[in-house]
Amino acid sequence: MAQIVVGNLVKTFRVAERQPGLWGAARGLLHRRHRSVRALDGISFSLQPGELVGYIGPNGAGKSTTVKVLSGILVPDSGRCEVLGRVPWRERVANAREIGVVFGQRTQLWWDLPVVESFELLRDIYRVPSSSYQQVRDELIAMLDMEPLLDVPVRQLSLGQRMRCDLTAALLHSPAILYLDEPTIGLDAVSKLAVRDFVRQLNRERGVTIILTTHDMDDIEALCSRVIVIDEGQILSDGTLDDLRRHVTTERWLIVDLAEEDGDVTDPQATVISREGHRVRLRFDPEEVSAAELIGRITAAHAIRDLFVENPPVEEIIARLYGEQRR
Amino acid sequence: MTPYWAILSARFRTLLQYRAAAAAGFGTQLFWGLIRVMIFEAFYRSTTSAQPMSYQEVVTYIWLGQALLAMLPWNYDRDVHALVRSGNVAYELLRPLDLYWHWYARAMAWRVAPAVLRALPMFIVAGLFLGLQPPDSWASLGAWIISLLGALLLSAAITTLINISLMWTIAGDGMASLVSTLVVILSGMVVPLPFFPDWAQSILNFLPFRGLVDVPFRLYMGHLPPGDILGLFAHQLAWTLALVAASRHVLRRGTRRLVVQGG
Repeated sequence: MAQIVVGNLVKTFRVAERQPGLWGAARGLLHRRHRSVRALDGISFSLQPGELVGYIGPNGAGKSTTVKVLSGILVPDSGRCEVLGRVPWRERVANAREIGVVFGQRTQLWWDLPVVESFELLRDIYRVPSSSYQQVRDELIAMLDMEPLLDVPVRQLSLGQRMRCDLTAALLHSPAILYLDEPTIGLDAVSKLAVRDFVRQLNRERGVTIILTTHDMDDIEALCSRVIVIDEGQILSDGTLDDLRRHVTTERWLIVDLAEEDGDVTDPQATVISREGHRVRLRFDPEEVSAAELIGRITAAHAIRDLFVENPPVEEIIARLYGEQRR
Repeated sequence: MTPYWAILSARFRTLLQYRAAAAAGFGTQLFWGLIRVMIFEAFYRSTTSAQPMSYQEVVTYIWLGQALLAMLPWNYDRDVHALVRSGNVAYELLRPLDLYWHWYARAMAWRVAPAVLRALPMFIVAGLFLGLQPPDSWASLGAWIISLLGALLLSAAITTLINISLMWTIAGDGMASLVSTLVVILSGMVVPLPFFPDWAQSILNFLPFRGLVDVPFRLYMGHLPPGDILGLFAHQLAWTLALVAASRHVLRRGTRRLVVQGG
């Protein structure tokens, strides 16, 4: 049974248009012109329990709007949406009890309270029984190494510390579903890795269903088996990362480290993408020329220190996908 | 603890930390209290006709007012204002809570905590040196405490309504300054209500505002008999319930707009 079902979701916002200049402002008082912005334009997908889905798209693509609809704080114009068999906006409170939400951009903790008091307040708000609260809290604290942070007021936490606290806060009531909206935004490399490890563990070991929206393609590559790409309110692609790659481009990259500096590599069946120092990056189409053949030719012609083949980075894939659609 | 009680208590503890603000408030209220006492002293010296309250009673009334000023619903909650302005108010709905009672609990903490911080020193100072009399009798004390509770319930309801009104008036001070003027005058904070002309008395008796100041203060002094507490408390409760019902309706419309139009 699917845990989350979204069918043909449409949401339009009316945006008041300001007219330029003083005269425009005066006219705006009497008559406002409105423009419709279609944030969601027929979104459909469904999630099985325990899935970890990357939900990606450029700014304004409709990612947050989707998360808001799923959380019950935004009512769509039309379409179907069920989370654990409930329509989120009709049963907002019951739905809120079953889900956890983390926004990278804003904390849900209480600014003035020490972390531990925020947790206790959440325990009361979500009516978590004391015995299970103690257990869940201790586990989360151990997983995220939070012990030293407990007595610190939230406003004194660093961004990385705050994110760990926010993750704990969203999970104290053991939700079956977790929405993570850009959880690694602005974090340093170490914190990012910590958050990723935690999310992976949560999904694999506890079977929490996770929807992860992010701009960080490393998050996606590290965590998500399934990726939904949206732009302008429509789903461009939904499948595994490999499917997505195959769908967009078959090209592979060959990275060559030459023995001499500023050397040049030319081959009729590969194009140079970049050159820096000893390193030359080439792209080629494996259907046209096999990697082995290409490597054979290049090693014959140049003195090579090292060389390897890789997939184009996900950023590249996504960028092409958008480009393709918009053309 | 139930969720709303937990919010109230957490907010209360947070607000108790603002001791510097309380000290400053105490100083200001002491100063204004002295001026108000002087004004009434001049008034009583020059008047020849019989007044509805004795000078002693007015002085007690003034110091009670200065002590409990922070309890009055005269302004809006800056945090709620910030939530509305930034559009983050939508995120309040992520909690498995009824938004009205969530905000009501906040408002209640906000009306109680600063009042407690300011009232304790004011009672001591005014009681020892400035002519604040003790309650008229044990019965008066009991009636005062009950009506103070009623006043708090009412004050939190009015505060919550002001906060909810911020969802429409972006600047926020429109409705708040209007209500603030009404509250300060019609509750009897500026001039005790018995000094108002006779024709105004029935209107003042009907309106909710006297339940904030006039009723509890006069019960304290025995100026209203303690036996009246039942009717007076019922008046406070009835208005509280009416305001809660009306505010919930307004908030429902506000959130509907919010969930349709986004944050």
